Amino acid sequence: MTAAEVVARDAETRRGTEQRGRGRPPRRGVLRLVPLGPAVLLLGVFLAGPILWAFYGSLTNAALTGVAAKDPQWVGLENYTELLSDPDFLQSLWLTVIFVLVSAVLGQNLLGLAIALLMTKASKAVSAVVGVCVVAAWVLPEIVAGFVAYAFFNRDGTLNQLTALFGIDGTDWLFTVPMLAVILANIWRGTAFSMMVYQAALNDVPEEITEAAMIDGAGGSKRLWYITLPMIRHSIATNLMLITLQTLSVFTLIYVMTAGGPAGASTTLPLMAYEEAFRYSDVGYGTAIAVVMLLIGAVFSIIYIRALRERKG
Amino acid sequence: MNRPGPLSVASGRRSTVAALANVSLLVIAACFLLPLSWLVLASLDAEASYQTQIPNEVSTANYTAVLTPELTFVPLLNSFLLSGGTAVVTVLAAVLAAYPLSRYQLRFNKPFLYVVLFGTCLPITAIMVPVYSLFVQLNFLDLLAATTLFMAASSLPMAIWMTKNFMDSVPVSLEEAAWVDGASAMNALARIVVPLMRPGLAVVFIFVFIQAWGNFFVPFILLLSSAKQPAAASIFSFFGQHGAIAYGQLAAYSVLYSVPVVLLYILVSRGIGGSFAMAGAVKG
Repeated sequence: MTAAEVVARDAETRRGTEQRGRGRPPRRGVLRLVPLGPAVLLLGVFLAGPILWAFYGSLTNAALTGVAAKDPQWVGLENYTELLSDPDFLQSLWLTVIFVLVSAVLGQNLLGLAIALLMTKASKAVSAVVGVCVVAAWVLPEIVAGFVAYAFFNRDGTLNQLTALFGIDGTDWLFTVPMLAVILANIWRGTAFSMMVYQAALNDVPEEITEAAMIDGAGGSKRLWYITLPMIRHSIATNLMLITLQTLSVFTLIYVMTAGGPAGASTTLPLMAYEEAFRYSDVGYGTAIAVVMLLIGAVFSIIYIRALRERKG
Repeated sequence: MNRPGPLSVASGRRSTVAALANVSLLVIAACFLLPLSWLVLASLDAEASYQTQIPNEVSTANYTAVLTPELTFVPLLNSFLLSGGTAVVTVLAAVLAAYPLSRYQLRFNKPFLYVVLFGTCLPITAIMVPVYSLFVQLNFLDLLAATTLFMAASSLPMAIWMTKNFMDSVPVSLEEAAWVDGASAMNALARIVVPLMRPGLAVVFIFVFIQAWGNFFVPFILLLSSAKQPAAASIFSFFGQHGAIAYGQLAAYSVLYSVPVVLLYILVSRGIGGSFAMAGAVKG
């Protein structure tokens, strides 16, 4: 679970309780800002500091060991020009895009929406059971989810047991189609969030509106396309933004399942940054990759925050 | 849900739709449950493999094998220290920060909150390389306390948001009475506001705790000696060393490690999150 998830839910409920702080505090002036101190200090040292350092460090040849570790040299944009001509980086960037698009934007988002929509038609008991099963995968610590997915897609794992039932000889999924395996695993693990967002959103759609459309003769698919979806479009936007940011930073799941392999075939940007910095000890290069990730994350965050602001008027 | 209405044809169609929906949902549920069933079954099977199978004989051998001090108890204790410490620091800092943000009309409130929200969105994975460099510079590597502070900082943006919103729903009228009686702002915060938002603070505490408990990457990078590593990291080295043979033990270990957060999640979703017992306080 990431911070963003909770904020999503929070932001959704927040509309109702817009700022009520109209207090008349006993103390005026700068002193009343003192309580902000510990938070600002923590955020400054441990978050803002490393982010600023990342921009600086990516312009040096800092390393974990050797001469460059003691006295990193200023190399300007060299790390970035190297990045742009590095086929490994371009492949990693492409894999990250695929991972985010297929597992989050398509997979988690559409499956979550489908489950939430089906739940409005299904019986209460079935909905409850499905809810528990989907959320169970999401509540588990990420590393345990990684083990479970590893076991599932293993050569001797459950998936091949299933294919054997149909007389198909399975394969070593983690080796032959590593991206497919990690994408499916991420859908399995993350769909719960989208499901919960859409359950809440569909709850807020007034029943009279869909019923009126039904009386007017609008079929199921038309009602969905012209009425339900437009009414929950803000939730869709919020959800897409948050799951994109979340999926962008998935590390543990992939690291446990394939460790980025074979031969970099499932190395997304977080894994590549880790490998470059800690395995090949090239901190400067790893930091440059981190900066690219931060920039991608920042763009999505800004779009998300702007959308949130506009909605509030 | 079959309401008798003018649309009798539609109600007939409705039950078909309901049946279809039920069936497809059950199929989906089975798909989600299947991988998990391996975890539970293998943990109870002394001859477990990566296949999902009903154990010939249900045994707790895997659990007794991993329930040793160095394998389970010390890492779990480390996890409690790390997650508990993170949650305590986060909640304290968040409550203090939320007070001026919620109670005073300050010009920088909005920009500050947007910066905080922005921080909530940033991928923490991306800053681990620079954070590692920072820890090297400050000689913080392998220090449980420093790792705790970093994890507190990374969950602080979310915690500040949640706490501020919870605090907004505590009526100011109660504090105003205290101010009239001459209480300072901090006094009013400690005596009136915090007790009233206990359920909300419990939610924040548990969310931060769950997040820290499940965090593998941060302790994996920042804590080096195995005696200090929390369960998330030690379970990974167990996987690396024995993952290819001791499937059942890995599953049992995973179950033991997951149980606390599953329980906490149930606790939050079942009760304390929803209701704020505030009406009485306002009347009084």
